Amino acid sequence: MIHYIGHRLLQLIPLLIAISIIAFVIIQLPPGDYLTTYINQLELSGTKVSESAIVALERQYGLDKPMYQQYFIWMKNILLHGDFGRSFSWNEPVSKVIGERLVLTMVISIFTLIVTWLIAIPIGIYSAVRQYSVLDYIFSFIGFIGLAVPNFLIALVIVYFVFDTTGIAITGLFSPEYADAPWSFAKVLDLLQRIWVPVLIIATAGTAGLIRTMRGMLLDELSKQYVVTARAKGVAEKKLLFKYPVRVAVNPLISTIGWTLPTIISGEAIVSIVLNLPTTGPVLLDAFRTQDMYLAGSFILILSILTVIGTLLSDILLAWVDPRIRFGGVEE
Amino acid sequence: MEENTQTVHAPDTKEDDQTILEIHDLKTYFHLDEGILKAVDGVDLTIKRGKTLGIVGESGSGKSVATKSILQIVDPPGKVEGEIKLKRSRKGKEEWIDIGKLNPTGEKIRDIRGAEISMIFQEPMKAFSSIHTIGNQITEAILIHSEVDQEEAKRIAIDFLIKVGMSNPEQRFDQYPHELSGGMRQRAMIAMALCCNPAILIADEPTTALDVTVQAQVLDLINHLKETLDTSVIFITHDLGVIAEMSDEVAVMYLGKVIEYTDVETLFYGALHPYTQALLKSIPSVAHTKGELDSIKGTVPIPMNLPKGCGFYSRCKYAVNGVCNVDDIPFTKVNDNHYVRCVRLDEIENRG
Ligand SMILES: Nc1ncnc2c1ncn2[C@@H]1O[C@H](COP(=O)(O)OP(=O)(O)O)[C@@H](O)[C@H]1O
Ligand SMILES: [Mg+2]
Repeated sequence: MIHYIGHRLLQLIPLLIAISIIAFVIIQLPPGDYLTTYINQLELSGTKVSESAIVALERQYGLDKPMYQQYFIWMKNILLHGDFGRSFSWNEPVSKVIGERLVLTMVISIFTLIVTWLIAIPIGIYSAVRQYSVLDYIFSFIGFIGLAVPNFLIALVIVYFVFDTTGIAITGLFSPEYADAPWSFAKVLDLLQRIWVPVLIIATAGTAGLIRTMRGMLLDELSKQYVVTARAKGVAEKKLLFKYPVRVAVNPLISTIGWTLPTIISGEAIVSIVLNLPTTGPVLLDAFRTQDMYLAGSFILILSILTVIGTLLSDILLAWVDPRIRFGGVEE
Repeated sequence: MEENTQTVHAPDTKEDDQTILEIHDLKTYFHLDEGILKAVDGVDLTIKRGKTLGIVGESGSGKSVATKSILQIVDPPGKVEGEIKLKRSRKGKEEWIDIGKLNPTGEKIRDIRGAEISMIFQEPMKAFSSIHTIGNQITEAILIHSEVDQEEAKRIAIDFLIKVGMSNPEQRFDQYPHELSGGMRQRAMIAMALCCNPAILIADEPTTALDVTVQAQVLDLINHLKETLDTSVIFITHDLGVIAEMSDEVAVMYLGKVIEYTDVETLFYGALHPYTQALLKSIPSVAHTKGELDSIKGTVPIPMNLPKGCGFYSRCKYAVNGVCNVDDIPFTKVNDNHYVRCVRLDEIENRG
């Protein structure tokens, strides 16, 4: 097991280097850079920008150097000083712009993941075991709606409906009195009260999808020979279900945890805008629009690293629960 | 019809106190959207203490469904009907229990599964859970059926791993199925099936998926354990060559019905049913062990919406229109221990 984890960690190094290069290249891809956008804005507002001012600005932002040098300076600062560069549009260090938002995003993502699993796995199991029962049809119907309707639309409808009937605005992650207050126990409590609306909304599509997957996987397993064997031994139905087919059906789902993270984060962006959440999504969108390169690049980098770590964690988890993976591959 | 030929429902062994399982008029139907699939349609079988009953027939003839019905573990939507009477001793007294009447998910039937009647299957890789150790899966059966603790269960399990000829049983105990060879897996499967000392072992094509050499070893093992543990065996195969080695009596199945039932000698030297005769002609050579029964034309049809009369009608060279396809064919007693489901016996016997 230790060997396996060490092996996987070593594999990460080239992967992370590749990700950082790709992140940097992607943000350079669109024509122009932040300065072009910035100068455009200044000129639109009537300010003349002189040739020498542009050069000065380029030097100030380090944009006069060749691309690979910019990359190395960026990486050096990240690795040695934890400095992700400056956001041009916020005029603040990237870490300051992202920091709290990233934590809140992670909190929402993890809550969403837990809620998704807690709802989807039991329903998926029920639907498979009682295939074609009334409840199975009802769950399937609700599930398809959940899959088909975009999350932000659900968010809009709920926000409107709650506001219309109770007059309470459920947008934002904090009540007005806590929004700009420093962190305190009361603020955390406030967060925990309000987080459920976005979590449930963001979880909808994922839950609907996971129910379908779990149902399908378990249906496949239920008719397998090893289930018949266990039954022929005299194992009681309930115990049999959870010891054998459910465990086998859940295993492959564990390995998907890693890459549900980015789906949640990207799915969260639009919902966050609708619900006015102080998470990373809206800022990321802005950073791309204004070509705020260090901000956008750091975002891509951090989210990718989180995804990679998530995948690693779920792979380790999978290896822990599934001996076939632990021992390296299955024959047959 | 001749004097000694009379119509019966079952081999009449009621008074024979060697009988431990008696199946009468077993019917297992699958009610599907397309119609009723009669996988098993009126089967009678008798299992005697310490003997092996071979069941032979092409793939699709209902062997697996029939034996799964005995334990009530048929896949949904299969419905089992008929008498499945098991003799067992409880507190020193012998009693008969009708498994067919038990609730398929109830405790009573679970007490029988794995303890009185246990089963081994065709592909040991698929029959074991790949995410639990061999030891875990064997001790599970022991812990369900007896009041021993984990440690004692492990001791019994290892004891049986030794009995089935496993090298390094202690090490095997903690291994996963994919770490064992096919033959070793089937041995582990046999250990798991026998660890609660069942009265009857059902072996559903246990060697079909194995190499020829391993196949012979596993067959020997089953025969050896049957002797030493005094277990009765129901041995299913589509291979008559294997039947000769394994069985005392043989039931030949076709389309959910037993069409010939006799002792193994009579089967090989005096089989009467045209289907059995065709099977005998197609005994595969060593190089051809998994072969189809190529001397019989066609394949087993799906037992749904079948025409009246003999199921073998369309493939039989003795078939006569207006005779074989009019009524259900009765099971006819030819001799004390020989029953055939055919109405053209006279013609067949005359041709020799
Ligand atoms: N779960 C099931 N659903 C529907 N039909 C089945 C099922 N299992 C078996 N059958 C049908 O029952 C018949 C007998 O099958 P089986 O007992 O597996 O044959 P054998 O073991 O002799 O090869 C076949 O026609 C098969 O298609
Ligand atoms: Mg079969």
